[in-house]
Amino acid sequence: MSLAVVQPVVIGERWWARLALITLSLVALGFMISLAVSIGEISIPLETTAKAVSNRLFGTAFELSRIHQGIVWDYRLSRALLAASAGAALALSGAVLQALLRNPLAEPYVLGISAGASTGAVAVMILGFGYGVLTLSAGAFIGAVVAFILVSALAAGAAGGADRIILAGVAGSQLFNALTSYIVTTSANAEQARGVMFWLLGSLSGVRWPDVYLAAPVALIGFAVSVFYARALDAFTFGVDAAAALGIAVNRVRVILLGATALMTAAMVSIVGSIGFVGLVIPHAARFLAGPSHGRLLPASAMIGSIFMVAADIVSRIIIPQQILPIGVVTALFGAPAFALILYKARRPV
Amino acid sequence: MSISINDVRWSAGGLMIVNGISIDVAPGKTLGLLGPNGSGKSSLLKLICRLRNVKSGVIALGNADIAGMARLDIARRVALVEQQAATEAQVTVLDVVRLGRTPHRGPLTPWSAADDQAVNEALHHVGLPARAGQFWHTLSGGERQRVHIARALAQTPSELLLDEPTNHLDIQHQLEILSLVAKLPVTSIIALHDLNLAAMFCDNLAVLHHGKVVAAGTPEEVLTEDLIANVFGVRAYIERSPHHGRQHVQYRLD
Repeated sequence: MSLAVVQPVVIGERWWARLALITLSLVALGFMISLAVSIGEISIPLETTAKAVSNRLFGTAFELSRIHQGIVWDYRLSRALLAASAGAALALSGAVLQALLRNPLAEPYVLGISAGASTGAVAVMILGFGYGVLTLSAGAFIGAVVAFILVSALAAGAAGGADRIILAGVAGSQLFNALTSYIVTTSANAEQARGVMFWLLGSLSGVRWPDVYLAAPVALIGFAVSVFYARALDAFTFGVDAAAALGIAVNRVRVILLGATALMTAAMVSIVGSIGFVGLVIPHAARFLAGPSHGRLLPASAMIGSIFMVAADIVSRIIIPQQILPIGVVTALFGAPAFALILYKARRPV
Repeated sequence: MSISINDVRWSAGGLMIVNGISIDVAPGKTLGLLGPNGSGKSSLLKLICRLRNVKSGVIALGNADIAGMARLDIARRVALVEQQAATEAQVTVLDVVRLGRTPHRGPLTPWSAADDQAVNEALHHVGLPARAGQFWHTLSGGERQRVHIARALAQTPSELLLDEPTNHLDIQHQLEILSLVAKLPVTSIIALHDLNLAAMFCDNLAVLHHGKVVAAGTPEEVLTEDLIANVFGVRAYIERSPHHGRQHVQYRLD
């Protein structure tokens, strides 16, 4: 009896194909980031960008105007790297949550994280909680973590399947959104309300290197943790009991991965505000290209998420002359139709 | 014994679902678990692979109490085929069967030749090697059940637990799946509803009622007109089939 089985051809099955794919996507991300640095109010040639980066990184001494050097390094590169980190972290969180909760609509904000972050940010910005000690980002981070703990406790108290976490998240989000609105309508002046609005829609303005030093390691560590558990996530395909029957320590994996996604999301939301649709749409797009196996899906999600976010940032800066759109508006404007398209394409013959 | 269950109790929501069950299964034998809906069959299967923890009593695999075993070690030994486990993911037959190798692989160990062999053998056992690349959602109910059994076999278990594997299948596939399981060189416990199929394919039967074993033994010993009346509340004629020599149950409507 012959035991040969026809193997379905999947890109990235062979090591050299995988290596080529990784190299190619890193080059694409690098190119997108260079574009993001070059494009803007003041257009800077790619060559100048390369020289400016090399001056800072390798101590070369290319002749450049101080303004160009400053724009490239202090404003645009940090901003692009943060966009890439946030995109990767949000997309990764979405992919992990969709597998863990077995729900295609799960995304980072479903755990109430963005709602909690906005309440925290608004409490600091308008009510002046921890005045002088807490920055807006720190307030948002604390709010996000508090919301996540509350939602988890509610879900655990309601003991039951993954659906309970999503329901608890909806309840938590509603509560925190109501608190945010309450604070804004009762205490904010027009100026503050506009600032809050901008932050709530997601904004990369004002991002500097210290933000990158937080966001990039968080994204990288989150990536490493998720990829380490890629096979455990595969085992959740047929549910929690099926995963446990395959030897997965279900509770431990859940706590670690929920914690990792919560921290990734909280860190990103606290820096850039809540940017919607990336966590929801990108994993679906990645699944289209890389298939459902998490060993491939997670790297693909992270890569596509960061490229998409950097591109969205470019669009947010150039689509209306003299004005910067909140990046959340751009991701939603592109994300919503893309999601509709994915749903339409993925429909099954009944 | 391959599996021994000793005075096991388990309750959920204040209700005693498994109420002092003791059963032994010898290596390589097939035990049929019978009983009305809610009699504790599924719960008992989940207790045996420790998806739920017993409230009291001991379940042993070989000589080892499962309470002291690592989850991974249980999964390397016992495979479970759940009732109608479904997924929305766009996975192929091969993806699903490969899941069976999960307990044998570390988080970063590469796929090995032994893994390939286990997966290929499992696919051949259920007659689906040609369907390896087919998507899960395009399969019929019977094919999905066979894929689940292949996934369980890829775990290379010495004990196999099946929870109503023939539910919703046409009679041809019911017979196919049960004769496949009966022929496998592993110890198996199958929760079943069809008494005639149980008599045809199982070495021994245990009948559960309200969380207790009310009869256990060979099909001849267990399947009696009195037992069926007491447990299932229906009256029946029982005779030995002139064709396959096993017990045959016919139901009375009067």
